Amino acid sequence: MSDIKITIIDREGVSHQVDAPTDMNMNLMEVCKAYDLPVQAVCGGMAMCATCQCYIISDHDLGERNDDEQAMLWEAQNVKDNSRLGCQIPITPDLEGLIIELAPEE
Amino acid sequence: MEKDMITTDILIIGAGPTGLFAVFEAGLLKLKCHIIDALAQPGGQCAELYPKKPIYDIPGFPEVLAGDLVDNLMKQIEPFQPGFTLGERAQTIDRQEDGTFIVTTSKGTKHHAKVVAIAGGLGSFEPRKPAIEGLEKYEDKGLAYMIKNPEDYRGKRVVIAGGGDSALDWSIFLADVASEVTLVHRREEFRGALDSVEKVEELVAQDKIRLITPAEILDINGEGAVESVLLQHNDEAKRMEIIECDAFVPLFGLAPKLGPIADWGLEIEKNAIKVDNTLDYQTNIPGIYAIGDVNTYPGKLKLILCGFHEATLMCQSAYQRIHPDKRYVMKYTTVGGIDGFDGSRKEAEKAVVKKIGNKQNV
Repeated sequence: MSDIKITIIDREGVSHQVDAPTDMNMNLMEVCKAYDLPVQAVCGGMAMCATCQCYIISDHDLGERNDDEQAMLWEAQNVKDNSRLGCQIPITPDLEGLIIELAPEE
Repeated sequence: MEKDMITTDILIIGAGPTGLFAVFEAGLLKLKCHIIDALAQPGGQCAELYPKKPIYDIPGFPEVLAGDLVDNLMKQIEPFQPGFTLGERAQTIDRQEDGTFIVTTSKGTKHHAKVVAIAGGLGSFEPRKPAIEGLEKYEDKGLAYMIKNPEDYRGKRVVIAGGGDSALDWSIFLADVASEVTLVHRREEFRGALDSVEKVEELVAQDKIRLITPAEILDINGEGAVESVLLQHNDEAKRMEIIECDAFVPLFGLAPKLGPIADWGLEIEKNAIKVDNTLDYQTNIPGIYAIGDVNTYPGKLKLILCGFHEATLMCQSAYQRIHPDKRYVMKYTTVGGIDGFDGSRKEAEKAVVKKIGNKQNV
Protein backbone atom coordinates (compact mmCIF):
# COMPACT_ATOMS: atom_id res chain seq x y z
CA MET A 1 0.00 0.00 0.00
CA SER A 2 1.32 3.39 -0.88
CA ASP A 3 -1.31 5.36 1.02
CA ILE A 4 -0.48 7.56 3.99
CA LYS A 5 -2.80 8.92 6.65
CA ILE A 6 -3.29 12.66 6.84
CA THR A 7 -5.50 14.60 9.24
CA ILE A 8 -7.20 17.69 7.89
CA ILE A 9 -8.97 20.02 10.32
CA ASP A 10 -11.66 21.98 8.48
CA ARG A 11 -12.76 25.56 9.19
CA GLU A 12 -15.39 24.36 11.67
CA GLY A 13 -12.69 22.59 13.67
CA VAL A 14 -13.76 19.10 12.57
CA SER A 15 -10.94 16.60 11.99
CA HIS A 16 -10.98 14.38 8.93
CA GLN A 17 -8.52 11.51 8.72
CA VAL A 18 -8.01 10.64 5.08
CA ASP A 19 -5.92 8.24 3.02
CA ALA A 20 -3.65 9.99 0.56
CA PRO A 21 -1.89 8.10 -2.23
CA THR A 22 1.82 8.77 -2.62
CA ASP A 23 2.03 7.31 -6.11
CA MET A 24 -0.43 9.49 -8.00
CA ASN A 25 1.51 12.75 -8.29
CA MET A 26 -0.99 14.44 -5.98
CA ASN A 27 -0.53 17.44 -3.75
CA LEU A 28 -2.20 18.38 -0.48
CA MET A 29 -4.74 20.70 -2.18
CA GLU A 30 -5.82 17.90 -4.52
CA VAL A 31 -6.23 15.50 -1.61
CA CYS A 32 -8.53 18.03 0.10
CA LYS A 33 -10.58 18.39 -3.07
CA ALA A 34 -10.73 14.65 -3.61
CA TYR A 35 -12.38 14.33 -0.20
CA ASP A 36 -14.76 17.26 -0.89
CA LEU A 37 -13.19 19.40 1.80
CA PRO A 38 -13.94 23.12 1.29
CA VAL A 39 -10.83 24.12 -0.62
CA GLN A 40 -11.72 26.25 -3.63
CA ALA A 41 -8.38 26.07 -5.44
CA VAL A 42 -9.52 28.63 -7.97
CA CYS A 43 -6.17 28.85 -9.75
CA GLY A 44 -5.96 25.08 -10.03
CA GLY A 45 -2.59 24.69 -8.35
CA MET A 46 -0.43 27.51 -9.69
CA ALA A 47 0.23 29.16 -6.30
CA MET A 48 -1.74 32.15 -7.49
CA CYS A 49 -4.83 32.37 -5.30
CA ALA A 50 -4.02 31.15 -1.76
CA THR A 51 -7.44 29.51 -1.38
CA CYS A 52 -5.63 26.30 -0.39
CA GLN A 53 -3.65 27.98 2.39
CA CYS A 54 -3.30 25.71 5.42
CA TYR A 55 -1.41 25.64 8.70
CA ILE A 56 0.94 22.76 9.39
CA ILE A 57 0.05 21.56 12.89
CA SER A 58 2.28 18.48 13.21
CA ASP A 59 6.06 18.90 13.25
CA HIS A 60 6.77 17.37 9.84
CA ASP A 61 9.59 18.99 7.91
CA LEU A 62 8.11 20.13 4.59
CA GLY A 63 11.17 22.05 3.47
CA GLU A 64 11.24 25.70 2.49
CA ARG A 65 8.40 27.47 0.70
CA ASN A 66 9.22 27.77 -2.99
CA ASP A 67 9.43 31.24 -4.59
CA ASP A 68 5.92 31.28 -6.07
CA GLU A 69 4.44 30.04 -2.80
CA GLN A 70 6.42 32.58 -0.80
CA ALA A 71 5.35 35.47 -3.02
CA MET A 72 1.70 34.45 -2.81
CA LEU A 73 1.86 34.17 0.97
CA TRP A 74 3.24 37.72 1.20
CA GLU A 75 -0.02 38.95 -0.24
CA ALA A 76 -2.52 36.54 1.28
CA GLN A 77 -4.40 37.13 4.51
CA ASN A 78 -4.26 35.18 7.79
CA VAL A 79 -0.70 34.08 7.08
CA LYS A 80 1.19 32.54 9.99
CA ASP A 81 4.70 31.14 10.30
CA ASN A 82 3.31 27.64 9.68
CA SER A 83 1.26 28.69 6.63
CA ARG A 84 1.74 26.73 3.41
CA LEU A 85 -0.11 26.46 0.13
CA GLY A 86 -1.51 22.95 -0.14
CA CYS A 87 -1.04 22.95 -3.91
CA GLN A 88 2.75 23.22 -3.49
CA ILE A 89 3.10 20.25 -1.11
CA PRO A 90 3.50 16.93 -2.93
CA ILE A 91 2.24 13.85 -1.10
CA THR A 92 5.26 11.75 -0.16
CA PRO A 93 5.71 8.85 2.30
CA ASP A 94 7.47 11.31 4.70
CA LEU A 95 4.13 12.98 5.32
CA GLU A 96 2.65 9.96 7.13
CA GLY A 97 0.67 11.31 10.10
CA LEU A 98 0.67 14.92 8.87
CA ILE A 99 -1.88 17.18 10.55
CA ILE A 100 -3.00 20.37 8.82
CA GLU A 101 -5.68 22.96 9.44
CA LEU A 102 -7.40 24.89 6.66
CA ALA A 103 -6.80 28.65 6.89
CA PRO A 104 -9.92 30.87 6.97
CA GLU A 105 -11.34 32.04 3.64
CA GLU A 106 -10.38 35.58 2.66
CA MET B 1 -34.91 50.85 -28.17
CA GLU B 2 -32.54 53.20 -26.39
CA LYS B 3 -29.88 54.92 -28.40
CA ASP B 4 -26.18 54.27 -27.76
CA MET B 5 -26.98 50.70 -26.84
CA ILE B 6 -24.62 48.06 -28.18
CA THR B 7 -26.63 45.44 -30.06
CA THR B 8 -25.47 41.99 -31.02
CA ASP B 9 -26.67 38.44 -31.58
CA ILE B 10 -24.66 36.72 -28.85
CA LEU B 11 -23.35 38.67 -25.88
CA ILE B 12 -20.41 36.81 -24.38
CA ILE B 13 -19.42 37.58 -20.82
CA GLY B 14 -15.74 36.79 -20.37
CA ALA B 15 -12.91 37.17 -22.87
CA GLY B 16 -10.99 34.04 -21.90
CA PRO B 17 -10.20 31.30 -24.43
CA THR B 18 -13.72 29.83 -24.27
CA GLY B 19 -15.41 33.20 -24.85
CA LEU B 20 -13.04 34.05 -27.68
CA PHE B 21 -13.52 30.74 -29.46
CA ALA B 22 -17.30 31.13 -29.18
CA VAL B 23 -16.92 34.15 -31.51
CA PHE B 24 -15.41 31.88 -34.14
CA GLU B 25 -18.10 29.22 -33.95
CA ALA B 26 -20.82 31.89 -33.94
CA GLY B 27 -19.17 33.55 -36.93
CA LEU B 28 -19.41 30.35 -38.97
CA LEU B 29 -23.17 30.57 -38.35
CA LYS B 30 -23.19 34.26 -39.33
CA LEU B 31 -23.99 35.33 -35.78
CA LYS B 32 -22.37 38.51 -34.46
CA CYS B 33 -20.76 38.58 -31.03
CA HIS B 34 -19.82 41.19 -28.49
CA ILE B 35 -17.65 40.43 -25.44
CA ILE B 36 -17.63 42.07 -22.01
CA ASP B 37 -14.69 41.56 -19.65
CA ALA B 38 -13.76 43.13 -16.33
CA LEU B 39 -10.09 43.07 -17.23
CA ALA B 40 -8.54 45.67 -19.50
CA GLN B 41 -7.27 43.13 -22.05
CA PRO B 42 -8.71 39.95 -23.61
CA GLY B 43 -7.46 36.51 -22.57
CA GLY B 44 -8.90 36.09 -19.08
CA GLN B 45 -6.75 34.04 -16.72
CA CYS B 46 -4.39 33.09 -19.53
CA ALA B 47 -3.44 36.74 -20.00
CA GLU B 48 -3.78 37.94 -16.42
CA LEU B 49 -2.42 35.09 -14.33
CA TYR B 50 -0.05 33.02 -16.42
CA PRO B 51 0.70 34.44 -19.89
CA LYS B 52 4.24 33.00 -19.87
CA LYS B 53 3.27 29.53 -18.68
CA PRO B 54 2.99 26.62 -21.09
CA ILE B 55 -0.18 24.62 -21.70
CA TYR B 56 0.29 21.06 -22.96
CA ASP B 57 -3.26 19.83 -23.57
CA ILE B 58 -4.55 22.02 -26.38
CA PRO B 59 -5.23 19.54 -29.19
CA GLY B 60 -2.72 20.02 -31.98
CA PHE B 61 -0.34 22.12 -29.88
CA PRO B 62 2.27 19.97 -28.10
CA GLU B 63 3.14 23.10 -26.11
CA VAL B 64 1.74 26.62 -26.28
CA LEU B 65 2.24 29.59 -23.97
CA ALA B 66 -1.05 30.82 -22.51
CA GLY B 67 -0.38 34.31 -23.90
CA ASP B 68 0.31 32.91 -27.37
CA LEU B 69 -2.90 30.88 -27.27
CA VAL B 70 -4.81 34.11 -26.63
CA ASP B 71 -2.99 35.88 -29.48
CA ASN B 72 -3.83 33.00 -31.82
CA LEU B 73 -7.49 33.01 -30.81
CA MET B 74 -7.68 36.77 -31.36
CA LYS B 75 -6.25 36.24 -34.83
CA GLN B 76 -8.63 33.37 -35.53
CA ILE B 77 -11.73 35.42 -34.66
CA GLU B 78 -10.59 38.65 -36.31
CA PRO B 79 -12.63 38.08 -39.52
CA PHE B 80 -15.78 37.95 -37.42
CA GLN B 81 -15.20 41.43 -36.00
CA PRO B 82 -16.25 40.91 -32.40
CA GLY B 83 -17.00 44.01 -30.34
CA PHE B 84 -15.35 44.42 -26.94
CA THR B 85 -16.37 46.20 -23.76
CA LEU B 86 -13.22 45.84 -21.66
CA GLY B 87 -12.45 46.99 -18.12
CA GLU B 88 -16.14 46.82 -17.21
CA ARG B 89 -17.88 44.13 -15.20
CA ALA B 90 -21.26 42.75 -16.30
CA GLN B 91 -23.51 43.90 -13.50
CA THR B 92 -27.20 43.37 -14.22
CA ILE B 93 -29.33 41.48 -16.72
CA ASP B 94 -32.87 42.35 -17.72
CA ARG B 95 -34.95 39.93 -19.72
CA GLN B 96 -37.13 41.75 -22.24
CA GLU B 97 -40.66 40.76 -23.20
CA ASP B 98 -39.49 39.48 -26.57
CA GLY B 99 -37.05 37.07 -24.88
CA THR B 100 -33.95 39.18 -25.57
CA PHE B 101 -31.68 40.54 -22.85
CA ILE B 102 -30.16 43.83 -21.79
CA VAL B 103 -26.92 43.51 -19.85
CA THR B 104 -25.56 46.60 -18.10
CA THR B 105 -21.96 46.91 -16.92
CA SER B 106 -20.46 48.44 -13.80
CA LYS B 107 -19.91 51.62 -15.82
CA GLY B 108 -23.45 51.72 -17.15
CA THR B 109 -22.75 50.52 -20.70
CA LYS B 110 -25.84 48.75 -22.02
CA HIS B 111 -25.78 45.75 -24.33
CA HIS B 112 -28.84 44.35 -26.07
CA ALA B 113 -28.53 40.73 -27.21
CA LYS B 114 -30.68 37.87 -28.42
CA VAL B 115 -28.62 35.34 -26.49
CA VAL B 116 -26.24 35.66 -23.54
CA ALA B 117 -23.33 33.26 -23.11
CA ILE B 118 -21.56 33.46 -19.77
CA ALA B 119 -17.95 32.39 -20.22
CA GLY B 120 -16.93 33.92 -16.94
CA GLY B 121 -14.26 31.43 -15.86
CA LEU B 122 -13.55 31.89 -12.18
CA GLY B 123 -15.55 35.10 -12.11
CA SER B 124 -14.32 38.63 -12.45
CA PHE B 125 -10.97 39.56 -11.00
CA GLU B 126 -11.34 41.84 -8.02
CA PRO B 127 -8.45 43.48 -6.21
CA ARG B 128 -7.42 41.72 -3.02
CA LYS B 129 -7.98 44.07 -0.10
CA PRO B 130 -5.86 44.37 3.03
CA ALA B 131 -7.38 43.29 6.34
CA ILE B 132 -8.05 46.75 7.77
CA GLU B 133 -11.27 47.46 9.61
CA GLY B 134 -13.53 50.21 8.27
CA LEU B 135 -11.64 50.21 4.97
CA GLU B 136 -14.77 50.87 2.90
CA LYS B 137 -15.32 54.42 4.10
CA TYR B 138 -12.03 55.55 2.56
CA GLU B 139 -12.61 53.86 -0.82
CA ASP B 140 -12.32 56.49 -3.58
CA LYS B 141 -11.46 59.01 -0.83
CA GLY B 142 -7.75 58.51 -1.02
CA LEU B 143 -7.89 54.71 -0.86
CA ALA B 144 -7.72 52.81 -4.14
CA TYR B 145 -6.88 49.21 -4.99
CA MET B 146 -5.76 49.94 -8.54
CA ILE B 147 -4.43 53.00 -10.24
CA LYS B 148 -6.65 53.97 -13.14
CA ASN B 149 -5.46 57.50 -13.81
CA PRO B 150 -1.97 58.32 -12.51
CA GLU B 151 -2.65 62.05 -12.96
CA ASP B 152 -4.99 61.83 -9.95
CA TYR B 153 -1.84 61.51 -7.85
CA ARG B 154 0.01 64.55 -9.19
CA GLY B 155 1.55 66.53 -6.35
CA LYS B 156 0.09 64.14 -3.74
CA ARG B 157 1.77 62.15 -0.99
CA VAL B 158 1.18 58.50 -1.86
CA VAL B 159 1.75 55.32 0.15
CA ILE B 160 1.87 52.15 -1.94
CA ALA B 161 1.82 48.70 -0.32
CA GLY B 162 2.70 45.40 -1.99
CA GLY B 163 5.61 43.29 -3.17
CA GLY B 164 4.77 42.38 -6.74
CA ASP B 165 5.13 43.87 -10.19
CA SER B 166 2.30 46.38 -9.92
CA ALA B 167 3.59 47.82 -6.61
CA LEU B 168 7.06 48.19 -8.14
CA ASP B 169 5.91 49.59 -11.48
CA TRP B 170 3.52 52.15 -10.00
CA SER B 171 6.10 53.29 -7.44
CA ILE B 172 8.48 53.93 -10.32
CA PHE B 173 5.87 55.75 -12.38
CA LEU B 174 4.53 57.87 -9.52
CA ALA B 175 8.04 58.86 -8.38
CA ASP B 176 7.88 61.51 -11.13
CA VAL B 177 4.24 62.46 -10.61
CA ALA B 178 3.51 62.43 -6.90
CA SER B 179 5.21 64.75 -4.41
CA GLU B 180 6.15 61.80 -2.18
CA VAL B 181 6.11 58.05 -2.78
CA THR B 182 6.43 55.59 0.08
CA LEU B 183 6.62 51.90 -0.77
CA VAL B 184 5.75 49.51 2.04
CA HIS B 185 6.15 45.74 1.89
CA ARG B 186 5.88 42.97 4.45
CA ARG B 187 9.15 41.47 3.34
CA GLU B 188 12.52 42.78 2.23
CA GLU B 189 12.33 40.73 -0.95
CA PHE B 190 10.25 41.85 -3.91
CA ARG B 191 9.00 39.60 -6.67
CA GLY B 192 8.96 41.23 -10.07
CA ALA B 193 10.84 41.82 -13.29
CA LEU B 194 14.54 42.36 -12.58
CA ASP B 195 14.70 45.80 -14.20
CA SER B 196 11.74 47.02 -12.11
CA VAL B 197 13.47 45.89 -8.93
CA GLU B 198 16.69 47.62 -9.99
CA LYS B 199 14.89 50.81 -10.97
CA VAL B 200 13.19 51.01 -7.57
CA GLU B 201 16.58 50.46 -5.91
CA GLU B 202 17.96 53.37 -7.92
CA LEU B 203 15.05 55.69 -7.06
CA VAL B 204 15.36 54.78 -3.39
CA ALA B 205 19.05 55.74 -3.54
CA GLN B 206 18.04 59.08 -5.10
CA ASP B 207 15.47 59.67 -2.33
CA LYS B 208 12.64 59.67 -4.88
CA ILE B 209 11.00 56.67 -3.23
CA ARG B 210 10.97 56.04 0.49
CA LEU B 211 11.17 52.28 0.98
CA ILE B 212 9.98 50.78 4.26
CA THR B 213 10.49 47.02 4.67
CA PRO B 214 9.60 44.80 6.35
CA ALA B 215 6.51 46.63 7.47
CA GLU B 216 2.77 46.56 7.26
CA ILE B 217 0.00 49.16 7.19
CA LEU B 218 -2.37 48.41 10.07
CA ASP B 219 -4.82 51.29 9.95
CA ILE B 220 -6.05 54.30 8.01
CA ASN B 221 -6.93 57.60 9.65
CA GLY B 222 -8.62 60.76 8.48
CA GLU B 223 -11.86 62.70 8.64
CA GLY B 224 -13.80 61.67 5.55
CA ALA B 225 -10.65 61.04 3.51
CA VAL B 226 -7.23 59.45 3.94
CA GLU B 227 -4.98 61.77 5.99
CA SER B 228 -2.50 59.25 7.37
CA VAL B 229 -1.77 55.55 7.72
CA LEU B 230 -0.49 53.65 10.72
CA LEU B 231 2.53 51.54 9.89
CA GLN B 232 4.16 48.82 11.94
CA HIS B 233 7.80 47.97 11.33
CA ASN B 234 8.19 44.19 11.39
CA ASP B 235 11.46 44.38 13.27
CA GLU B 236 12.09 43.18 16.80
CA ALA B 237 10.83 46.38 18.40
CA LYS B 238 7.59 46.31 16.30
CA ARG B 239 7.91 50.08 16.16
CA MET B 240 4.81 52.01 15.06
CA GLU B 241 4.92 55.01 12.76
CA ILE B 242 2.28 57.35 11.44
CA ILE B 243 2.78 58.39 7.85
CA GLU B 244 0.87 61.45 6.71
CA CYS B 245 -0.40 61.01 3.18
CA ASP B 246 -3.17 61.91 0.72
CA ALA B 247 -3.49 58.50 -0.84
CA PHE B 248 -3.02 54.88 0.16
CA VAL B 249 -2.83 52.30 -2.61
CA PRO B 250 -2.54 48.66 -1.53
CA LEU B 251 -1.62 46.56 -4.60
CA PHE B 252 -2.03 42.99 -3.38
CA GLY B 253 -2.96 41.34 -6.64
CA LEU B 254 -6.30 40.19 -7.98
CA ALA B 255 -8.57 37.46 -6.68
CA PRO B 256 -11.41 36.02 -8.75
CA LYS B 257 -14.97 36.38 -7.49
CA LEU B 258 -18.12 35.10 -9.19
CA GLY B 259 -19.50 38.59 -8.53
CA PRO B 260 -22.86 40.00 -9.62
CA ILE B 261 -23.60 37.02 -11.91
CA ALA B 262 -24.38 35.11 -8.71
CA ASP B 263 -27.49 37.30 -8.32
CA TRP B 264 -28.91 36.79 -11.82
CA GLY B 265 -31.33 34.07 -10.73
CA LEU B 266 -29.20 31.30 -12.21
CA GLU B 267 -28.95 27.94 -10.51
CA ILE B 268 -25.57 27.88 -8.77
CA GLU B 269 -23.76 24.92 -7.30
CA LYS B 270 -20.33 25.14 -5.65
CA ASN B 271 -19.63 28.58 -7.09
CA ALA B 272 -20.45 27.47 -10.64
CA ILE B 273 -23.53 27.78 -12.86
CA LYS B 274 -25.53 24.61 -13.46
CA VAL B 275 -26.18 23.85 -17.12
CA ASP B 276 -27.78 21.18 -19.28
CA ASN B 277 -24.83 19.15 -20.52
CA THR B 278 -27.03 16.67 -22.37
CA LEU B 279 -27.79 19.29 -25.00
CA ASP B 280 -26.48 22.82 -25.22
CA TYR B 281 -25.07 24.16 -21.93
CA GLN B 282 -28.13 26.30 -21.36
CA THR B 283 -28.83 27.49 -17.81
CA ASN B 284 -32.17 27.38 -16.01
CA ILE B 285 -33.02 30.67 -17.79
CA PRO B 286 -33.77 30.00 -21.49
CA GLY B 287 -31.49 32.06 -23.70
CA ILE B 288 -28.71 32.29 -21.11
CA TYR B 289 -25.93 29.78 -21.57
CA ALA B 290 -22.84 29.14 -19.43
CA ILE B 291 -19.68 27.70 -21.00
CA GLY B 292 -16.16 26.94 -19.86
CA ASP B 293 -14.87 26.96 -16.29
CA VAL B 294 -17.89 28.92 -15.00
CA ASN B 295 -20.36 26.06 -15.50
CA THR B 296 -20.90 22.75 -13.80
CA TYR B 297 -22.56 19.45 -14.68
CA PRO B 298 -21.95 15.81 -13.82
CA GLY B 299 -18.39 14.96 -14.83
CA LYS B 300 -17.38 18.56 -15.50
CA LEU B 301 -13.69 19.17 -16.18
CA LYS B 302 -12.34 22.69 -16.08
CA LEU B 303 -10.19 22.42 -19.17
CA ILE B 304 -9.80 24.88 -22.02
CA LEU B 305 -10.41 22.13 -24.55
CA CYS B 306 -13.74 21.30 -22.88
CA GLY B 307 -14.67 25.00 -23.02
CA PHE B 308 -14.08 24.98 -26.80
CA HIS B 309 -16.48 22.07 -27.23
CA GLU B 310 -19.10 23.69 -25.01
CA ALA B 311 -18.81 26.96 -26.95
CA THR B 312 -19.39 25.09 -30.21
CA LEU B 313 -22.56 23.34 -29.06
CA MET B 314 -23.82 26.53 -27.42
CA CYS B 315 -23.59 28.36 -30.76
CA GLN B 316 -25.65 25.70 -32.52
CA SER B 317 -28.37 26.07 -29.91
CA ALA B 318 -28.17 29.86 -30.03
CA TYR B 319 -28.63 29.69 -33.81
CA GLN B 320 -31.79 27.62 -33.40
CA ARG B 321 -33.08 30.09 -30.83
CA ILE B 322 -32.33 33.13 -32.98
CA HIS B 323 -33.57 31.52 -36.23
CA PRO B 324 -36.29 29.06 -35.17
CA ASP B 325 -37.57 28.81 -38.75
CA LYS B 326 -34.24 28.09 -40.43
CA ARG B 327 -32.66 24.74 -40.99
CA TYR B 328 -28.94 24.55 -40.63
CA VAL B 329 -26.52 21.92 -41.81
CA MET B 330 -23.07 21.92 -40.24
CA LYS B 331 -20.32 22.47 -42.77
CA TYR B 332 -16.65 21.65 -42.29
CA THR B 333 -14.45 24.74 -42.56
CA THR B 334 -12.29 22.74 -44.97
CA VAL B 335 -15.32 22.41 -47.26
CA GLY B 336 -17.09 25.71 -46.73
CA GLY B 337 -14.16 27.99 -46.02
CA ILE B 338 -14.57 31.04 -43.82
CA ASP B 339 -16.41 34.17 -44.85
CA GLY B 340 -15.45 36.99 -42.53
CA PHE B 341 -17.86 39.80 -41.72
CA ASP B 342 -15.07 42.06 -42.96
CA GLY B 343 -15.51 40.65 -46.47
CA SER B 344 -12.45 38.43 -46.23
CA ARG B 345 -12.63 34.86 -47.44
CA LYS B 346 -10.43 31.92 -46.57
CA GLU B 347 -10.80 28.62 -48.33
CA ALA B 348 -8.96 25.47 -49.15
CA GLU B 349 -6.94 25.64 -52.32
CA LYS B 350 -8.78 23.88 -55.11
CA ALA B 351 -7.19 20.90 -56.82
CA VAL B 352 -6.64 21.33 -60.55
CA VAL B 353 -7.46 18.98 -63.36
CA LYS B 354 -4.67 19.36 -65.86
CA LYS B 355 -2.95 17.13 -68.30
CA ILE B 356 0.72 16.38 -67.77
CA GLY B 357 2.80 16.08 -70.94
CA ASN B 358 1.81 17.03 -74.48
CA LYS B 359 0.93 13.72 -76.11
CA GLN B 360 -1.76 14.34 -78.71
CA ASN B 361 -5.05 12.54 -78.34
CA VAL B 362 -5.74 10.29 -81.24
